Amino acid sequence: MNLVDLLFLVFATLSVGGGLLMVFSRHPVSAALFMIVSLVGVAALFVLLEAFFLAILQVLVYAGAVMVLFLFIIMLLDVGPQGGKASRVKILSAIVGLILVGSLFCLMLQIGQGTEVDGSTEPFDWPELTEDATANGNNLTFSPSAKSFGFGLLAKYMLPLQVSGFLLLAAMVGVIILSKKTPHQPDQEES
Amino acid sequence: METITPQHFLILASLLFAIGFLGVIIRRNILIVLMSLELMLNGINVALVAFSRAGANLDGSIFVFFIMTVAASEVAVGLALLVALYKKRKSIFSEDLNLLGN
Repeated sequence: MNLVDLLFLVFATLSVGGGLLMVFSRHPVSAALFMIVSLVGVAALFVLLEAFFLAILQVLVYAGAVMVLFLFIIMLLDVGPQGGKASRVKILSAIVGLILVGSLFCLMLQIGQGTEVDGSTEPFDWPELTEDATANGNNLTFSPSAKSFGFGLLAKYMLPLQVSGFLLLAAMVGVIILSKKTPHQPDQEES
Repeated sequence: METITPQHFLILASLLFAIGFLGVIIRRNILIVLMSLELMLNGINVALVAFSRAGANLDGSIFVFFIMTVAASEVAVGLALLVALYKKRKSIFSEDLNLLGN
């Protein structure tokens, strides 16, 4: 049990526990705060996997922007805790959901069982990190530096980058149109 | 990184995905359903980065970047739809959304 194992356990518990508490919390604000805990745990796992750029991006985009947007909408709509009446439908849906999720998780474990990553039973050793991702041509190798990440984005994945930028623009225009206050006009041809 | 294998990360990723799926199924508050969708996408991201690191290939990490972009725009559009819905129905619980027309 070395330090990295301990850190993995701590952050895995943080992310899974935050997720569970998020799903089962009554108040939406506390759900959002538990979600932030879970996202920061996932960011720490990215650091353990030596994907530093993605970890920073996770904290900035998810824990920073997306969850602040969630909290903003929760406060804008002013929704309180969900009603506590335990109806029969609610209990039934909880049981069915638990069975479904349990079987899904068991299925995923079954698929993962016994399939070693490189077909051997020897202890897995992680590949060495390279400083320059472009060492062998167009096959980018994993490297923690942001420079190689930027090279991959701007050289090999130029078209997807442009498409995702256009997607963000389309989302922005769509959100503006959706939330624009339209002047109320009686439509004669409908009614 | 001696004793942790990619399988540990994959088990964690499937756990995160399963918890998010549970939230999507059993919760009726649409805000929390959207958050659970984010949790499912995070599970996928963990699996992708673990594979990318174990296979020494940067493509998986770059794909995570695109997943984050799509998730951010999805959340923005989803929350705008939710606000529009709240203006019309005064409720964000999915059991109240049972009418197609007026």
